[in-house]
Amino acid sequence: MTAGNGTVQWLHDRYADMRRIRRFEDITYTLFRRGTLDGTAHMAAGQEAVAVGARAALGADDYVFSTYRCHHHVIAAGAPMDRCFAELLQRRTGLCGGKGGSMHLTSVEHGVMGSYAIVGSQLPIACGAAWSAHIRGTGGVAVAFFGDGATNIGAFHEALNLAAVWRLPAVFVCENNLYAEFTAIATSINVEHPAYDRAPAYGMPAAIVDGNDVEAVHEAVATAVGRARDGDGPTLLEAKTYRRYGHSRIDPADYRPDEEEETWFARDPLTVTRRRLDELGVEASRVDETDERVGREVDEALETAMQAPEPEVGDAFADVYAEGGAGWRS
Amino acid sequence: MAELSYRYAVAEGLAREMRRDPAVVVLGEDVAAAGGVWKTTQGLLDEFGPERVWDTPISEQAIVGAAIGAAMTGLRPIAEIMYADFLGVCWDQIANQAAKLRYMTAGQLTVPLVIRTIHGGGVAKGAQHSQSPENWALAVPGLRVACPSTPADVVGLLAGAVRADDPVVVFEHKGLLGSKGEVPDDEHVLELGRAAVRRRGTDLTIVALSATVRLALEAAAELEGQDVSAEVIDLRTLVPLDAGCVLESFKRTSRLLIVEENPRQGGWGAQIAALVAEEAFWYLDAPITRVAGESVPLPAARGLENAVLPSADQVTETALKLART
Ligand SMILES: Cc1ncc(C[n+]2csc(CCOP(=O)(O)OP(=O)(O)O)c2C)c(N)n1
Ligand SMILES: [Mg+2]
Repeated sequence: MTAGNGTVQWLHDRYADMRRIRRFEDITYTLFRRGTLDGTAHMAAGQEAVAVGARAALGADDYVFSTYRCHHHVIAAGAPMDRCFAELLQRRTGLCGGKGGSMHLTSVEHGVMGSYAIVGSQLPIACGAAWSAHIRGTGGVAVAFFGDGATNIGAFHEALNLAAVWRLPAVFVCENNLYAEFTAIATSINVEHPAYDRAPAYGMPAAIVDGNDVEAVHEAVATAVGRARDGDGPTLLEAKTYRRYGHSRIDPADYRPDEEEETWFARDPLTVTRRRLDELGVEASRVDETDERVGREVDEALETAMQAPEPEVGDAFADVYAEGGAGWRS
Repeated sequence: MAELSYRYAVAEGLAREMRRDPAVVVLGEDVAAAGGVWKTTQGLLDEFGPERVWDTPISEQAIVGAAIGAAMTGLRPIAEIMYADFLGVCWDQIANQAAKLRYMTAGQLTVPLVIRTIHGGGVAKGAQHSQSPENWALAVPGLRVACPSTPADVVGLLAGAVRADDPVVVFEHKGLLGSKGEVPDDEHVLELGRAAVRRRGTDLTIVALSATVRLALEAAAELEGQDVSAEVIDLRTLVPLDAGCVLESFKRTSRLLIVEENPRQGGWGAQIAALVAEEAFWYLDAPITRVAGESVPLPAARGLENAVLPSADQVTETALKLART
């Protein structure tokens, strides 16, 4: 039957999680178009199944490390959506008080240990969290998400090698959406699979997974997490997926061929899961109800965030150092 | 009090913190069985075992990154970067990650991390193994920077650094490794941000750091014979900067000489000069003067290297001129 805890309800819940993220990202895109959002935003619409499937395999002692394309991971982890919106909207109630912004959504209480905007930088840090979980004996596992483009940066290779030789309880999940900004990954690697094909160099087990199938992602991550918890070391997963929007902001992604988009959009994770729910006998009307319920939740979260106050100027001087302030001289 | 070498004081300081707090772990290249290429981690593996002392691959980004990840999840890692020059290889992890994570997450993440590295020239090793890049670290809000000049300070500042909840970059100096000094037997912790007045004087204030403290003290002894009384301040840490100590001394002497090994171009002495110019300008009796490393990559040949690094003679001469201005 289904992965997860084996019930139809489990899958329906994962569908709701993905729908929540999709709604969040659609609104984010619209706000950007309208000029309501400042700065930048990297929508993860289309990649929801990776975040939701992976998250469902994690427990309270596990850690998630994300990239600037982080909204899906933070929402999947259960961070309040009004506080996610508030961070994008530069409000004081944002997850990071408005000081992180769209690229740095973090919710330590939900296990999301930061979103990192220097490509690949989170991989070594995730190794450290895994190392620490090992030393402290918590049984925790660190999961690092990264893009296909990140497999060409040194930090990726250093981290994978370290994790392998130290047998760290870590899982590396590449969200291969085929592009790094405006460049097809195929043009910047000399292997077919940017992550999977590199794993042998580190002696690390690896797998390719359908990143648009939440059950498949869940199963693959659960297996990898289990291996990590058992002390059998790290795993590299390459999830094949595709983004609905461009790289960031209002990038129209003109560099992507039409046929490619059509093929992938037909395999949208929400479509895939809806079809699966249908096969499992869930009536379409019930899934529609989920869409509506989740849609309302997200709209309300936006409403709440819009009402929130802006940061106070003093906040700019808080939290540079542990004593709370910005005191570089004594 | 026991007399220890600076080199041994590092191992001793690390061991003391590791005995005190089981969350303290050490990682770096050749730090375990080999005891470090500088022999500054000697004995740690034997005493604390392989779960506390970890040899790493030659992967500076992974070393610092792993230390950051461990620091944010409950450990107090001490990472060794073999030469300060190699900070360039992991500068992203230091300047973009460790320094900024607390701020970017509004205090959700705390990174109580120590990065130990060794700086300093005078070893004829050329441009990639001789730099004093403490000014790089000084330029990054969120980092703390410590540069011990004596064995006692090594122990005290390491303790202060390990116990601080911020990322601290500790620069040990190659030229000081063999130097000796008394180290208190009991717990010895120096709060970061407290300079030490190494010698009292009335005619001018010499501000120094790390190995230049020795140059300043040699010069001050020489100057005494010429009836010039120099006060010597050892900053100990660049961040937090003990501005109060510098300003207090300077306001008494009205003459300021800064002795720094890093390049004059953007060196930390420029920060001290700015501080005094901004906050004590009316006390100046003569222009602020700097003896600094020249703004060139460090050459390997001894003769050339000596010509571009500060020396005690240069400090003496400059101080004499300054005192007579
Ligand atoms: C070190 C570094 N180099 C370049 C960039 C600029 N940049 C931001 S995202 C990106 C593309 C990354 O692509 P990929 O890893 O596939 O992730 P995706 O955006 O597709 O999720 C680039 C080049 C950066 N942020 N950091
Ligand atoms: Mg990509």
